[in-house]
Amino acid sequence: MVVTGAGIVTALGIGWRTNADGFREGRTAFRPVTLFDVSRQRTKIAAEVDLPDSLPVTQLDPKTLRRIDRASRMLLLASHEAWTQSGWQGNASIPIVLGTTSGGMALGEEYLRQALISPRDQRHQPSRIANYQAQRQALDVCDAFGFCGPITIIANACASGSNAIGHAWELVRHHRAERVLTGGFDALCQLTFAGFDSLQALSPEPCRPFDAARTGLSLGEGAAVLTVESLESAHARGAEILGEIIGYGAATDTHHLTQPHPQGDAALATMTAACEMAGITPRDVNYVNAHGTATPQNDSTEAAAINRWAGERAATLPVSSTKASIGHLLGAAGAVEAVVSLMTLSGQWLPPECALKTIDPACNFPIVTKSTDARVDVVLSNSFGFGGANATLAFRRWK
Amino acid sequence: MNRVFVYGLGAVSPAGWGVGALCDVVKRQEPVATKTLARPGWEMPFIIRQVPAPAMRPAFLTHARLRRANLISQFTVAAALEALGDDMASVSNGSLRLGIVMCVMAGSVAYSRRFFEETMRDPTTASPLIFPETVFNAAASHLAAYLGCPGINYTIVGDESTFVQGLAIAADWLLAGKCDGCVVIAAEEMDWIVSDAVRLFDRQSIHSDGAGALYLKSEIRSPRSEVELASITDSFPFTKLQTRSGAARCVREQLAADDNQLLCDSDTVHERKLWKDWRGHRISIKPLLGEAFSASAAWQCIVACDSLQHGDFAAANVSVVGANQAAIGARFIKANL
Repeated sequence: MVVTGAGIVTALGIGWRTNADGFREGRTAFRPVTLFDVSRQRTKIAAEVDLPDSLPVTQLDPKTLRRIDRASRMLLLASHEAWTQSGWQGNASIPIVLGTTSGGMALGEEYLRQALISPRDQRHQPSRIANYQAQRQALDVCDAFGFCGPITIIANACASGSNAIGHAWELVRHHRAERVLTGGFDALCQLTFAGFDSLQALSPEPCRPFDAARTGLSLGEGAAVLTVESLESAHARGAEILGEIIGYGAATDTHHLTQPHPQGDAALATMTAACEMAGITPRDVNYVNAHGTATPQNDSTEAAAINRWAGERAATLPVSSTKASIGHLLGAAGAVEAVVSLMTLSGQWLPPECALKTIDPACNFPIVTKSTDARVDVVLSNSFGFGGANATLAFRRWK
Repeated sequence: MNRVFVYGLGAVSPAGWGVGALCDVVKRQEPVATKTLARPGWEMPFIIRQVPAPAMRPAFLTHARLRRANLISQFTVAAALEALGDDMASVSNGSLRLGIVMCVMAGSVAYSRRFFEETMRDPTTASPLIFPETVFNAAASHLAAYLGCPGINYTIVGDESTFVQGLAIAADWLLAGKCDGCVVIAAEEMDWIVSDAVRLFDRQSIHSDGAGALYLKSEIRSPRSEVELASITDSFPFTKLQTRSGAARCVREQLAADDNQLLCDSDTVHERKLWKDWRGHRISIKPLLGEAFSASAAWQCIVACDSLQHGDFAAANVSVVGANQAAIGARFIKANL
């Protein structure tokens, strides 16, 4: 099972090239929030995406293009890049598996605001209801590229993107489909921002995952899409292969709704399962793209889990969290980090956390803090979410 | 599909708590009584059908994770536990690996609305206790915590068709050996903001809430495996390439039902027209229980399975034409052991 197309939209920019340059250099993309009022929040920064004025040409009609929301725009941009790169054609049955936590929540917020403030004014309300739901964004992707397949939207909080890719991979692996379009997307919205702020999980400053003095997470937004297919399908088209997905583990941490088990039992289970499925050991892994939200609890739990899983290998195993550059993309995080993993395999470099000052002593492993060229053959990508949703993906360089 | 059996059913509906209450209403063909729900800013209330308070407070509400949980989580746990029956003990002691597939359309709307209202008023006082409960997978997480179930657990969102898609995911997991049993649940809760949205699209529709669950296993040798999930049609999404009525037609073609069987449909305009010539027995849930989105689709499947368990039919077909995503169907048969 191979990846033949990848599209990415983050606050670092639109597309593989821009993002690869940004992640390789460890650039950060945080700035004051402009999308909604944060004047009364503790935290006032996030990693907002600069969206272009127009979208790439697809089969979407002008009316649809006028109504689509911010989340759909990011998803369409990422889908267009992946679709174009893969060389897939429309008029086919292609399943689509996406992860998201909020869909088009900004439209839902507009609906609720108007229903509360002007209850008798129903202008635009049906459209907001119809278009805030995540299936609408998935259907827009189908219409944009002229394909029609079953749609699965996985909403497993911050593991959604990884679960979506893992599920897509299993559809191909178990011969349920030859090709699957998969990924994740989430746009910044007030409800989520206020929610994390209410939990005092947001840092007033750009986040510093695995720093001993970390102060919480920073939110971001974006989308990433992969075209996953069987090797036979890719070969038949002579497609360029970006990398292989070789393992997937999913488990549930039942400790608490928002707090992980301190020893990271579920995280250990997913890393172990992904490696067993891939037939690899920690010695074979060259880099771990950590979930690394920069909350005190997540990072100490993840450190404990990586220490337990890697054993002696931990001492020389490079780890970093690219949330240091673009923040936490929630339902898109796992998908974006999957694309970053493919970038490291393709470019043979490791993404640094340049703002990290003092590594948390709980980490038995080195954190990448400087732009580093390296031999990268196998990468693990971790995603952990509210509700104890844990997932790990394993990728291998295509040779 | 290799063989997958329905081992248990669970329901919470406006008819009451339990599959028995749901099926009694269907047998009597007596619509559940309606009630009113106030909408802020309007004099005219909504007409709804709502899950009644349980006769006894469910024991699971004493669990630390469920004391403050929202209604959707309570419905989810109640339906899942009923479906699991005796196997709950095996899940809890770790001898049975359980998969969980949770299906929702509107999700945790009451807490989401409340949290957003608090944010609009003053974000500095918005409740940190409420926000985590607004997340789509909160209900499935509570269920996993209650059962002590560390296995694979997906929450999938979408329209009514998502429940049948959830059955397909569960069947795949069972056949791939990812779990020994899998409970598929759909749940929705009542809130005026959703009733308001329902009214915008269909003024005849009566909004309702509740949950439904099917517990699936691939084992054959058990007195509980009376009903087999024989097949699931493709999922036909509503795209530019395929209209809603075209998708509904594709489902009918793939189901290939005959007149000696039961049809449980979702009572859409498209199905009423499409199945006009159907001479077999037909049950439409929504006129009796209201519109509960994904939970309605679950109730259709439960009624289909219950009729097979009682020997009323040899096969039962479920046609689900969703609101805004896809049409899909499932076929259940009396298991030939």
